[in-house]
Amino acid sequence: MLKDITVLNEKETRGGFGEGIYELGKKNPNVIVLTADLAGSFKLGPFMKEIPERFIQCGIAEANMMGIAAGLTIGGKIPYTTTFANFSTGRVYDQIRQSIAYSNKNVKICASHAGLTLGEDGATHQILEDLGMMKMLPGMTVINPCDFNQTKAATLAVAEFEGPVYLRFGRPKWANFTKEDGSDFVIGKAQVFSEGTDVTIFAIGHLVWKAIEAGKILEEKGYSVEVINIHTLKPLDTEAIVKSISKTKCAVTCEEHNIWGGLGDSISHVAAKNFPIPIEYVGTNDTFGESGTPVQLLKKYGLDTPNIVEAAEKVIARKKG
Amino acid sequence: MAEVAELKDIASQIRRDIVRMVHAVQSGHPGGSLGCTDFFTALYFNVMQHNPAFNMDGVGEDIFFLSNGHISPVFYSTLARSGYFDVKELSTFRKIDSRLQGHPTTHEHLPGIRVASGSLGQGMSVAIGAALAKKFNNDSHLVYSLHGDGELDEGQNWEAIMFAGHHKVDNLVATVDWNGQQIDGPTSKVMDLGDLRVKFEAFKWLTLEMDGNDMDDVIATMAKAKGLTGQGKPVCILMKTAMGKGVDFMEGSHEWHGIAPNNDQLAKALAQLPETLGDY
Repeated sequence: MLKDITVLNEKETRGGFGEGIYELGKKNPNVIVLTADLAGSFKLGPFMKEIPERFIQCGIAEANMMGIAAGLTIGGKIPYTTTFANFSTGRVYDQIRQSIAYSNKNVKICASHAGLTLGEDGATHQILEDLGMMKMLPGMTVINPCDFNQTKAATLAVAEFEGPVYLRFGRPKWANFTKEDGSDFVIGKAQVFSEGTDVTIFAIGHLVWKAIEAGKILEEKGYSVEVINIHTLKPLDTEAIVKSISKTKCAVTCEEHNIWGGLGDSISHVAAKNFPIPIEYVGTNDTFGESGTPVQLLKKYGLDTPNIVEAAEKVIARKKG
Repeated sequence: MAEVAELKDIASQIRRDIVRMVHAVQSGHPGGSLGCTDFFTALYFNVMQHNPAFNMDGVGEDIFFLSNGHISPVFYSTLARSGYFDVKELSTFRKIDSRLQGHPTTHEHLPGIRVASGSLGQGMSVAIGAALAKKFNNDSHLVYSLHGDGELDEGQNWEAIMFAGHHKVDNLVATVDWNGQQIDGPTSKVMDLGDLRVKFEAFKWLTLEMDGNDMDDVIATMAKAKGLTGQGKPVCILMKTAMGKGVDFMEGSHEWHGIAPNNDQLAKALAQLPETLGDY
């Protein structure tokens, strides 16, 4: 039952990256960290202090950083690039496309401050299109973990995974509730938090916790709810998705991203091809964000717990039609 | 290691390959390819210590990156002629199911290619990354790269040039094909590059100039460049070339940047280029 899932503590997902990369750096001599003047934002202090020789400061020059990362793989290094999600994708899309994705380079593109929960900096920095851009690139693996522990686990796991990866996380303190040892995270494997029969709630990133909160409310209302974390948007765990929707026969998708191009599109595609069902979408709808606190923004743009509850009840009603 | 007389013969054959490849598919970029033929020939048959039994990581050998990927004909011919793959495969250039794509890629696993290029301005960064990897691996071999002069319009180059100077990437020899031409005309009119030597030196590079169509000068200058590595600064060679070099009606004009010769033009071109190693 979802009510049994409890918050361990509140931590920033980017902190999970910082802790993970430090642990990884100590044990894997091929790991190199690059940053574009954002070492502090990525909690790179311990890595820089203990392993300074494998830290590369690129200055505010993201395009060059992506190319250098591609070059480092030629010689067997495993480069992790660090900059905000906006500057990890849109700003350097062509560099990623040609020098990394098309060239199949083993670069780990690590992107913090994604989505609305970046908060007060506003829409220039709140990218809501990055998942879509990155999943469109052939050969790119796209991962957006849900909390601190999972971000740390993913940071460690992608080093063992050959090929380019986009790893997305965020800025705010957020509910931390997955296993501390990361043993519940497997790249490409959907994470089922509860099994149910009335509706499936698929979520990614920060909104996984919102989906669990919504699921708890729905359980109290008497619904049987399946909450699934699609932390790996690509490659998609099609088998798990089809298994769930063929049972619940309706779904809600939740993402801190434009519904056009993100998780909602991916789930819809699987459903349309395999098992057509009614779907409701929780995410931003073809809009830019704005300044505000993360809580205010999620509420204003309809990405909060009540929005998920409402979407679930709506889609269940549509199913009964 | 081939000497100058032999290098000139090889270059003549590579130039034949270039015009024949481009003619066969009526597409491709002969101008810059012909201009850089002497450089490629010197690099692969004299300057670099490299292994045609291709390994992507290139540990323990000198490696090369072509940033201005549109001059793929000269790259492909040089790789084939130096043993990376059978010269017969040059006949597949730009055709369906070929490993010899319009612009160089790793996607089809063509030996000798370590990164895709074509979208301009990206090769310097990749070359720097590979040079850093050599340092991490305690590999004393060098990284060479080639860039178009028009390509320097792209801002990423200047990010890379600034980085390499700041981080003392002194195992990199980057050459600029300074032919003064780009698609829309002379670089001086399209986007004036100014004094490139002063610019590179302001970014903490060592710079050399050479005549890229004089094989003696290419060999001497490349040797000098090698001698300048390991001194805390990246090395840049500003290489004067004539676009279309070796084919009189193509020489010195941007008009032949990206068009193919017709049958008559092919015959005229081949008549000026002795077949020294046998056509593919």
